[in-house]
Amino acid sequence: MSTSMLPAHDPALEFLDHRTPIDRARGLLHRYPALSPAIVLVVSVIVFGFLNDRFWAPGNLSLITQQVAVVGTLAVAQTLVILTAGIDLSVGSAMVLASMVIAQVTSAAGVPAVPALMIGLVVGLATGGLNGLLVTRLKLPPFIATLGTLNIFLAITLLYSRGATVRGAEMPSLMTWTGTTFPVFGVRISTGVLLMLGAYLLVALVLSRTAWGTHVYAVGDDKDAARLSGISVNRVLLSVYLSAGAILALAAWIQIGRSNAASPNVGVDLNLDSITAVVIGGTSLFGGRGTVWGTLLGALIVGVFRNGLSLAGLDVLYQTLAVGVLVIIAVSLDQWIRKVRK
Amino acid sequence: MTTIDATTQTDRPGGPATTPILEAHGLVKTFGRVVGLDGVDLELYRGEVLAIIGDNGAGKSTLIKCLTGAEIPDRGGILLDGKPVHFKRPQDARTAGIETVYQTLAVAPSLDVASNLFLGREVRRKGVLGSVFRMTDRAGMRERARRELRELGISTLQDVTVPVENLSGGQRQAVAVARAAAFGSKVVVLDEPTAALGVRESGQVLELVRTLRDKGVPVIIISHNMPQVFEVADRIHIQRLGKRVATITPKSHTMTEAVAIMTGAAEA
Repeated sequence: MSTSMLPAHDPALEFLDHRTPIDRARGLLHRYPALSPAIVLVVSVIVFGFLNDRFWAPGNLSLITQQVAVVGTLAVAQTLVILTAGIDLSVGSAMVLASMVIAQVTSAAGVPAVPALMIGLVVGLATGGLNGLLVTRLKLPPFIATLGTLNIFLAITLLYSRGATVRGAEMPSLMTWTGTTFPVFGVRISTGVLLMLGAYLLVALVLSRTAWGTHVYAVGDDKDAARLSGISVNRVLLSVYLSAGAILALAAWIQIGRSNAASPNVGVDLNLDSITAVVIGGTSLFGGRGTVWGTLLGALIVGVFRNGLSLAGLDVLYQTLAVGVLVIIAVSLDQWIRKVRK
Repeated sequence: MTTIDATTQTDRPGGPATTPILEAHGLVKTFGRVVGLDGVDLELYRGEVLAIIGDNGAGKSTLIKCLTGAEIPDRGGILLDGKPVHFKRPQDARTAGIETVYQTLAVAPSLDVASNLFLGREVRRKGVLGSVFRMTDRAGMRERARRELRELGISTLQDVTVPVENLSGGQRQAVAVARAAAFGSKVVVLDEPTAALGVRESGQVLELVRTLRDKGVPVIIISHNMPQVFEVADRIHIQRLGKRVATITPKSHTMTEAVAIMTGAAEA
């Protein structure tokens, strides 16, 4: 009796399993969401290399990684939020707030480097905590909650800094340490890039190897199912926004090193750019599907396109155009992939 | 009604001396002026499948919600293994050993079969990796998932790394039932488990219900489908207007009689 349940060789099922190659490709992309961005990255690196041989120069590759470091780190935070079927429009402005606080307390108030970074972490956690409370307690849609906090953080940043930039030289050297570079096989890698990769590795491990990671996916997949399975959905959501806050504080530090300054006017694009990286990286805006490695590929794709198009001699507006097209293609692909055996 | 108790006494398995594994008496639940439950009794014995039938609004769902902690009854008591229990939320009932498979399948589609089986009760690795780094024992959970599915006779689900969304409706339901049954639960409650399934897949789920019963896990099943109820149930609890009007067996009554009692066209 027991083996007759769901027969292994059902002729009807085998008939239905005669899928076309396109179906198989879709199944594969569905199972490995990072596959399509990986293909796009490899192809674009090759194509841009042929368009301009300076593209492959070690100095240029190094530049791309450094340009990607800040948005790449923010995109880790963004991935966590989007995996829960949320969105964080405020990561960029929260990061700028954290970087301005770090810069001000070290330059004006004379706080030493390490305590200043801790203060930056607290600011990051506070912004993430506020978003998390708005989403879990007031039950606001994440889009609306973070649209509000985006403006709030932006205004607080400008009020607090009085619109003034703090130069790297006014801060302790640890603040700009993230901008220092060292050679790896002829390519100069910045400390900030390493910290970014560390964030990816840590979050990837936590997502794939801990119960919390599983719960993040489950909450994004189906909140009710997660709740009925005994998962405290609000606790998971709050912890996700708090984690995002901690990661954006790291991004703030990398930003100070990268631009050798803390400026209140840099981060507004980063709110949306981090979402762009996540989406191009194959993470579904509907939650529950995607990986941080896909996001890293997505961030690199954006960096490679901007750099490659600029080396090919195209106007900066074409870069923006290309990124826009990429986003639409990526989301369309996601819609198509998600239709697998519904 | 005295006739009910008479049938209950004679038909219950294991003889009159057995105490029910799950027992409810005098459950009352009102929603404002609407009376959901009006003093319901229920007994579930070891090794039986108890079906609950009733028209819409008869109180089936409210009864089940009270038994599984999703609602708190205004009055009345619930005994599990002879001891009074007071569930404040579904997790309490789950911890006590009452597992529920909801009509809306409580599975996470993008997670694989093993992750779904262990969702909300993941097993950590031994030693420092588990206690400090909180790593889950993926290999161990997959192995255990395979074993549980094999024991339940679900042979085509041996690949526990497949995302649940790639499974057929019947297989998904099997995963949900397996999760309810897998962790030494005392009682499994199935709410309309075949409502969304075709004939063949319904048959598979009913087979699974019988397997569970044969393993000694008592099952409460809510269904609108009379042929299925009569096929799988040992006893049938009939709910009408917030009360239990009868407990019958597939042998003592025909389907037509059961429907007549359910709709009030006949006395029990």
